Amino acid sequence: MQNLEMVTLTESQKKARRSRSIAIGLGLALLVVIFYVATIIKFAPSVFHIAG
Amino acid sequence: MALVEKNTMDEGGFRMSEATAGDYIALLKPRVMSLVVFTAFVGLAAAPVSLNPFIAVVAILSIAIGAGASGALNMWYDADIDAVMTRTANRPVPSGRVQPGEALVFGLILSVLSVMTLGVIVNWLSAALLAFTIFFYAVIYTMWLKRSTPQNIVIGGAAGAFPPMVGWAAATGSISLESVILFLIIFLWTPPHFWALALFKSGDYERAGIPMMPNVAGEASTRRQIFAYALLVAPVGVLPWVLGFTTVFYGAVSIALGVGFVWYAWKVLRMPDSDRAMKPAKALFGYSLLYLFAIFAVYLADSVAERLLAVSGV
Repeated sequence: MQNLEMVTLTESQKKARRSRSIAIGLGLALLVVIFYVATIIKFAPSVFHIAG
Repeated sequence: MALVEKNTMDEGGFRMSEATAGDYIALLKPRVMSLVVFTAFVGLAAAPVSLNPFIAVVAILSIAIGAGASGALNMWYDADIDAVMTRTANRPVPSGRVQPGEALVFGLILSVLSVMTLGVIVNWLSAALLAFTIFFYAVIYTMWLKRSTPQNIVIGGAAGAFPPMVGWAAATGSISLESVILFLIIFLWTPPHFWALALFKSGDYERAGIPMMPNVAGEASTRRQIFAYALLVAPVGVLPWVLGFTTVFYGAVSIALGVGFVWYAWKVLRMPDSDRAMKPAKALFGYSLLYLFAIFAVYLADSVAERLLAVSGV
């Protein structure tokens, strides 16, 4: 088993990483919501038309 | 994961980033983005075709992110000159909070994401225009024109003028004369706006080696060219009324705003060489921002009011 050289983060680095992680999470969540809602708006009318 | 960390550390350049989300937001140039969002919104909302409100929000968001991405690419490429100008020295890349490579990747990812989102959800003409806008700002303006010619912001101004056209294309799927005029207003407004800034910030640009008009052609020539562009932008601002796209309300306001623009430019033209405070140039810079905001706001109000009146049968 090889010994890994670990990096110890400073407090400001941890804080910055947390801030970036939250931003990435929110950005991805927003993207999912956008494509989910846009798919419903663009395709729902034709789906309902076929079903009706 | 361990392999990646080991390889990166072995290169000797390993460093844990202290960049916050706020630094990445700063890379998007939020103040420039706000103007892009506003003008794109006017193009989209004034168009004669109504979009689903959610799709319209996605269109504006995509245009905003695309503009931000080109800002990040600009900050990646211009980090060397940003570092020597007081106005830009504290930007994330020259201050060291964000590494140049990080800004480049961030800009490229957001460019692709914004164009693809606009294309898939709205339409591909607006996406193509957005892609061209990003390319024009990042490559034609930032990498080529900015450091090579005093006409940099004249030609480069096209990048800032495209957003209302992109908004219009997002709503209608086409490019029409109305959107071309909105483009022209911003295109002709850009030189007097930036040259007014360059007059009282010429020391900054000279230190950075950027060939802005006052450093290359001199202040007197710049003042004359500012006045010439003011004489062009004022009548072009009135064109939507002259061509019958708006009511007399827009016509009257745009004439008044145009006269104001020419008046402020005239005061810059008459500014003596010995005037180091350059109050007329600062006043024109401030007025030019007001002019652009006001003329687009009135154009939007006029278009929306006209449509509402048509719907209600008045």
